[in-house]
Amino acid sequence: MSIRPERRPVAPKVVEEVVVAVTEPRALTHRIALLFSPARHWLLLMLALLPGFSLFATVLPEDRADIMYHRYDGGGVEVDGPSILVRKSVMDTVSLSANYYVDSISSASVDVVSTASPYTEERTESSLSMDYLHNKTLMSLALTKSDESDYLSETGSFSISHDMFGDLTTVSLGYSVGNDDISRNGDADFGDQIKRQNYRLSLSQILTKNTILGVGWETITDEGFLNNPYRSYRYLDPLAGDGYSYLPEVYPRTRTSNALALRLKYYLPYRAALSSEYRYFNDTWGIDANNFELAYTHPFREKWIFDIRYRYYTQEGADFYSDLFSRRAPQTYLARDKELSSFQSHTLGLAMSYEIKPGFLQFVDRGTLNLAYDYIYFDYDDFRDLTRGGVVGEEPFYSFSANVIKAYVSIWY
Amino acid sequence: MLTKHRLLPVLLLLALSGCSIEPWVQPYERARLADPIMSFERDPVANGYRHHVYQTREAARGAEGGGGGGCGCN
Repeated sequence: MSIRPERRPVAPKVVEEVVVAVTEPRALTHRIALLFSPARHWLLLMLALLPGFSLFATVLPEDRADIMYHRYDGGGVEVDGPSILVRKSVMDTVSLSANYYVDSISSASVDVVSTASPYTEERTESSLSMDYLHNKTLMSLALTKSDESDYLSETGSFSISHDMFGDLTTVSLGYSVGNDDISRNGDADFGDQIKRQNYRLSLSQILTKNTILGVGWETITDEGFLNNPYRSYRYLDPLAGDGYSYLPEVYPRTRTSNALALRLKYYLPYRAALSSEYRYFNDTWGIDANNFELAYTHPFREKWIFDIRYRYYTQEGADFYSDLFSRRAPQTYLARDKELSSFQSHTLGLAMSYEIKPGFLQFVDRGTLNLAYDYIYFDYDDFRDLTRGGVVGEEPFYSFSANVIKAYVSIWY
Repeated sequence: MLTKHRLLPVLLLLALSGCSIEPWVQPYERARLADPIMSFERDPVANGYRHHVYQTREAARGAEGGGGGGCGCN
């Protein structure tokens, strides 16, 4: 039996936003409105506006393939595996892409060693997407399936985008819907579901000949079994030997979150780029989060590109989170998942890319060899490390660092 | 009957339909913006994985940008 307090649901896959121009507003509006009822007014407005503006020459995404090995190692958790993406256009109107991704997980995290036993697990994720170009209209449809022993997820996504105002502005809309089936290893009687929906609106704006601004908004609604079936909360128990006991967590069955992101990219006087990003997040569980990122991209001698980035993230914990509750079930909802606590994380990332021209593969136009390393440090304000002992409720606060490696080859053909 | 909420797009449409926006950055001035180093999504597979790591370890989610997002998993 594998015990897995490490895990929790995350958001569904987001498909690439695409550029679109519309010449048949009525027919297209009718088709998309069926998918986009909450965003219908925006869509109708956008589509109705199209004939009045000069349109960007829409093209299909480039044909490319990526083969990546990824590895995450931190806090007693090791996750690695491949990710393979292949994209190929068919005629001049359709671009198909397929992605296969594997997480091989070995977990002995602080939660696991406190309340359960280490486990190993494998998750596979497969995605298919199609971009369709018709009369200068490009739409993207994607299907994703994620499969592991106790969690099965299926997601469908649709997105559409359009250039306007002299091609200085790109507006994109996206919608995803997903259904998850959750079970618990070793417990044949347990089974539950989650329904997920994502609404995305984004804007890309050329400010000057050196500067691009990106604005993104995403609302996500979840309904169903949102906690981890293996995780427990801790409460004071005078009758217990340690002075505390555990019981299964209880979460609300709904969660709605909003995220607003601003991104700025600036081309420096010499050939290099400076990027910054800010995101604000809140949800109906009382979590507020902010993250800020600064990145610098420096090409070197034609073939090399170096990137360095720093990211700071901070969040305020959920209303129903506590490291140690005063008694058994003092309130309706109870959580001790450290991802819902108050904490900060710092990331320092380095990446390098080297361009190649593999002469032995005649169909390949060019390729890149890429290596990226991220160091992430997590520092918790209200989650205690019980493995280090101490007086109940005064154990040392937990912190850990993670090393993340990505090694990948990209080719364009 | 149009409510205020439904009227807003119509008013916006009317306001914008008569406009002809003159781009202040001409197409021939966009060579730098077309450089791959200026792309928000230079490496979609690597970016997707980076977002996945953060979504697994952090409560925040959404608005990661094109190609981002995580998975239906826990």
